[in-house]
Amino acid sequence: MERAAIQSIETPAGIPTGKLGMWVFLVSEIMFFTGLIGSYIVLRLGSAGWPRPGETLNTGLLAVNTLVLITSSLTMVLALNAAQQGRQVSLRRFLLVTALLGLTFLGIKGYDYAHMWHRGFTIASSLFGSCYYLLTGFHALHVFSGVIVILVLFKASASPALSQMTVGRVEYSGLYWHFIDIVWVILFAILCLV
Amino acid sequence: MFKYLFSTNHKVIALQYLFTGIFWLAFGGILVLLIRWQLAYPWQPIPLIGKFLFPESGGAVTPEAYPMLFTMHGGIMVFFAITPILLGALGNYTIPLEVGARDMAFPRLNMLSYWLLFLGSILMIVSFFVPGGAAGSGWTIYAPLSSSTEVSPGLGQDLFILGLALDAVSILMGGINYITTIIQLRAPGLTLRRLPLTQWGLFFSAILNTLWLPIVAAALFMVLCDRRLGTAFFVAGPLAPREGGQVLLYQHLFWGFGHPEVYILIFPVWGLVGDLLSVFSRKPAFGYKATVLSMLTITILSGIVWGHHMFTSGMNPLVGKAFVFLTISISVPTAIFFFNWLATLRRGSIRLTVPMLFALGVVFVFAVGGLTGLFLALRTFDVYVHGTYFVVGHFHYTLAASVLFGAFAFIYFWFPKMFGRQMNERMGRWHFGLSFVSLNMVFSVMMFVGLHGHMRRIADATAYEFLKPIQPLNVFLGWAVLGMVASQLLFFYNFFRSLRGGTPAPANPWEAGSLVWTVSSPPPWHNYETPPVVTCGPHEYSVPRLKGKDWLAQTDVRAATLGKS
Repeated sequence: MERAAIQSIETPAGIPTGKLGMWVFLVSEIMFFTGLIGSYIVLRLGSAGWPRPGETLNTGLLAVNTLVLITSSLTMVLALNAAQQGRQVSLRRFLLVTALLGLTFLGIKGYDYAHMWHRGFTIASSLFGSCYYLLTGFHALHVFSGVIVILVLFKASASPALSQMTVGRVEYSGLYWHFIDIVWVILFAILCLV
Repeated sequence: MFKYLFSTNHKVIALQYLFTGIFWLAFGGILVLLIRWQLAYPWQPIPLIGKFLFPESGGAVTPEAYPMLFTMHGGIMVFFAITPILLGALGNYTIPLEVGARDMAFPRLNMLSYWLLFLGSILMIVSFFVPGGAAGSGWTIYAPLSSSTEVSPGLGQDLFILGLALDAVSILMGGINYITTIIQLRAPGLTLRRLPLTQWGLFFSAILNTLWLPIVAAALFMVLCDRRLGTAFFVAGPLAPREGGQVLLYQHLFWGFGHPEVYILIFPVWGLVGDLLSVFSRKPAFGYKATVLSMLTITILSGIVWGHHMFTSGMNPLVGKAFVFLTISISVPTAIFFFNWLATLRRGSIRLTVPMLFALGVVFVFAVGGLTGLFLALRTFDVYVHGTYFVVGHFHYTLAASVLFGAFAFIYFWFPKMFGRQMNERMGRWHFGLSFVSLNMVFSVMMFVGLHGHMRRIADATAYEFLKPIQPLNVFLGWAVLGMVASQLLFFYNFFRSLRGGTPAPANPWEAGSLVWTVSSPPPWHNYETPPVVTCGPHEYSVPRLKGKDWLAQTDVRAATLGKS
């Protein structure tokens, strides 16, 4: 395929083209969350009354969610490991587990949203509420798109021979998935713990 | 047809960007005429077209419509005219050709990037026709004016913000391609030191986009939440529904992107001018390495000077002092490459072709814009002229005049390569001459009325006693702008007529050295059958001991024997 031919050209910088593209993309993603988290810090420091940790949010449930997402990062690493060793069956198994863990995260998140909203904690109820839904909402969108990427990979890895390109894609999608994971850990810390 | 509409070929996508940009350039130009008519003859019916545009007022601009005119003019020109032409078209067309690649690194992402811009364009058009009219918050979308639905209730404001957000994502996708392609897909022998300056400009521009566009995207989404979801991120005081957020935060986020945006647009022009001055002076670009390093320095500095847009916003005076110092320090690298331009010209065998005229035009208008920028960087002066036409004149010199001349230089220079035909030289000269004179009349007079205290964004200067004596200057500006817009008709006629009727262009009409001029005009579908092998830099002109011609192509095998490598 012509597209493959373009990408497989030997690279002067010693890094695969897809990987570099993913890193540039991740830099812009980091800056996006920097904008959001930076705004959160500024708004919080400038605000007179801010709820104490654990006062409004369901910290226990969100801690479980943190565990779910960290576990999914682990299974993603195992998937990449399997791909690099050419173990197709376990690659597909780990991809599926990762996607399911991602969906579990979203399910718990949805339950949490519904529960909080029902209790009167909405995006418009307080400045903290606005920040909470804005930050975690954009994060949830990223998890959702990550799940789709992994499901696409799951489908693509069904073909009998694992191509070098698929292995590369597992690696680059993994970078994105770990990024989402790290963002969540930061959000959990600044929203629930501090 | 389908092959061309949804193509992943970088040259097709570049032309899609080019035509979209030219359409919006014309559109934004027409908005200017309406703005200047209103300022020259306040509340008078506009001749000819007024009755169709403003039937309810008998053809005069209404007080509600005036803010929409200047908002859409700014937003369209920055994000939908200049950005598609200088990043979309110049970047997409030249990067793969100049680095010796068959296409961009991610062709499908490239296609997606264009269609997101197209979608954004449609939102911009639709926003004119929704109830309440187009956005009227100024192109800076300052909160709380933009974020409160009590003061700007129209759906047009939401569509404007969404359109800009789509445009931002489109530019980000383009940026990923530009950076990756320049780093990864260079032909054998094409070291970073042998890259044309245009590609360096596009590279740094893409880096700034990657870093700072996401910040403004975050801010825009927060404005949308404030408008439609009942949050209060940027609202405080009586407008706020509950405990307020912070109004100044929006300005910090916006200008955190807004100042780098100036360099995002101007870097490709700087690079292009550096290349063109070299080609048409028949001399190597003077201080190539220093020029690249000064662009790198500005890339770093541009991210930490945004506060100079906010001297009067009430921020901490000590912080303001830091921003004064940082802003003025940018003039050091700027001066370095500016003098490199002049040194490139010195004692060259100058060929005054149309692209060269426009490149020289950039040198002049950028000098004026840059020097007036130095005044504005000083807080004591800025406090006096902030929010006046002095600022408008200044940023039109840097952001409109330089960038516009840069865009024309790009189109005139690359037209033969893009379409295989030459544009009419004589008409091009007239276009340059008339544009240069009228443009300088417009923007310099703007600065004069600004020094007199003429506020920007007011619809009627005659309402103010102290501005009445300078109203004749507003009339003059109206006619000068008409002349400026009218002289662009020459360009449009020349451009569209030459598409079919121009004389066929040879592969290398300008006797230029960079890679692209070694392939046919227009280039083959996949540019290079085999990767070209590069032997020297892009600016080998007036090469001593060379017989028959005065320049070396970048693939010339004699480079090593002539001591050029």
